[in-house]
Amino acid sequence: MIWLGIDTSHTPLAVAVMKDEQVLAEYKSGMKITHSIGTMPAIEELLKKAGVQANEIDAIAVAKGPGSYTGVRIGVTIGKTLAWTLNIPIMSVSSLEVLAGNAPFFNGVVCSIMDARRGNVFAGIYMNGETVKESHMSLEDLLETLDEMGQPVLFVGMDVSIHWEQIKEVLGDKVQYATAALSLPSAAVLIELAKKQEATEVHATVPEYLRVTEAEANWMKEQKKNGK
Amino acid sequence: MIKDQYILGIETSCDETAASIVKNGREIISSVVASQIESHKRFGGVVPEIASRHHVEQITIVLEEALKQANMTPNELDAVAVTEGPGLVGALLIGINAAKAFAFANGLPLVGVHHIAGHIYANALVQPMEFPLLALVVSGGHTELVLMKEEGQFELIGETRDDAAGEAYDKVARVLNLPYPGGPHIDKLANESDGAVPFPRSWLEEGSYDFSFSGLKSAVINYQHNAVQRGEEINPNHLAAGFQQSVIEVLTKKTLRAAREFNVKQVIAAGGVAANKGLRQALEETFTKENIPFYVPPIALCTDNAAMIAAAGSSKFTAGKTGDLSMNGLPGLELKSWN
Ligand SMILES: [Zn+2]
Repeated sequence: MIWLGIDTSHTPLAVAVMKDEQVLAEYKSGMKITHSIGTMPAIEELLKKAGVQANEIDAIAVAKGPGSYTGVRIGVTIGKTLAWTLNIPIMSVSSLEVLAGNAPFFNGVVCSIMDARRGNVFAGIYMNGETVKESHMSLEDLLETLDEMGQPVLFVGMDVSIHWEQIKEVLGDKVQYATAALSLPSAAVLIELAKKQEATEVHATVPEYLRVTEAEANWMKEQKKNGK
Repeated sequence: MIKDQYILGIETSCDETAASIVKNGREIISSVVASQIESHKRFGGVVPEIASRHHVEQITIVLEEALKQANMTPNELDAVAVTEGPGLVGALLIGINAAKAFAFANGLPLVGVHHIAGHIYANALVQPMEFPLLALVVSGGHTELVLMKEEGQFELIGETRDDAAGEAYDKVARVLNLPYPGGPHIDKLANESDGAVPFPRSWLEEGSYDFSFSGLKSAVINYQHNAVQRGEEINPNHLAAGFQQSVIEVLTKKTLRAAREFNVKQVIAAGGVAANKGLRQALEETFTKENIPFYVPPIALCTDNAAMIAAAGSSKFTAGKTGDLSMNGLPGLELKSWN
């Protein structure tokens, strides 16, 4: 069974090809590149290196977000189009879970984050292989939640460095950073997580943004104000 | 015998998710359009992020439907054509990445199409194009006069310096509290009117084929503003008719002058605003008198669709111009010749 994994949900690009339990090839980049330009050529090149034809792929794993809206959509669009036209199953996995999947053996709480601007983050909290919470929230609220859990915390994600001072200030000695090397998503990890899931209906495979659009948020506020 | 050519077209540059299969650049085999107008209505215009979200939800459904209606499989296709720009970048990217994935998976060549070239080539689906040809492209985002001396050759001879005609329509519709999109409502009010407010015409400098609608828009807003201050009711029919007459007269006269100067064999209208009844009539009358064949596609081919992208893509593909998997969405793409 040959799997293709794609994660374009944030700045990094991650693509992998696995055959059963073997990683045939994996690519990851942490540079700021345009996913729209780079993703399909990366997939083409990786499959070539792995000696796999497009029609030999048996399943697709895709990171469904949260993250950059545009970024998430590129991976999901490519993934669902491939799955649909090749008539193969697609599994979508939380992008935060993929990041946290880089640290499966940590004894305590694993917290993956992506910066969401204005003091907010997309954050995933995981313990003993279970998802505790995945949400868009203020960093302040996140740190309070983690502090209350009273466990050692491991942070994962390339945006951790932006907020490290504040994180350290609240969580003190309880907190560690997983290092830059473990903060890029791995599409092989994504595939392994996808294997545990049920396939989603291909047309219904859509990003999970964990956040309504600004226009909708403003509109709902208006409606409330007008007592509707 | 020449083999038939089948092109799959994909269009997601604004608020329609569309896919279509066109045979030999002339015959629509299938055409599917999923419109998002209902989702954007409450915001009074297209919200780019919401448009992008809908495109991801619709894209494979629309592709599947286009193949199903055509009763075709991907291996019967010759190429995939997709709108590369201009448009909303986040929206363009959905069509482009779907097109790239589809082309890659099925070993098909990829053709990037300019949205305006698509609007112009919508005519090839109705009537063989004859050159030199003059196209008046009018939509929510564009007001352009394009001269085509040959197949696949484009010369921009005039464009708007501020608002697109469709934009002006939407703004005036807001003045009159008409629902979005405002164009059809203004058209209707104007056609039922028994009078018209005399608004100015913007001709710009002598000999220019450019357009400007912001002055007219301000004149309409001022007119309404003054009426409110004087406590007078405005007659919405008269206002709509006055506005529409100004737009139509400028569009028609400039198109006529260009048609004469370049001695064209055909004049065509394209784009969403070409669905406007008043404009169609004025252009038809003008060019019938002038004895120049004038064509405008049926309304479903004036508004955004993927058949027009497949038609333009067919010409570009025939000219040997293909793209590759690094194709990106280009919101400010310029219209370039491919022949
Ligand atoms: Zn258009």
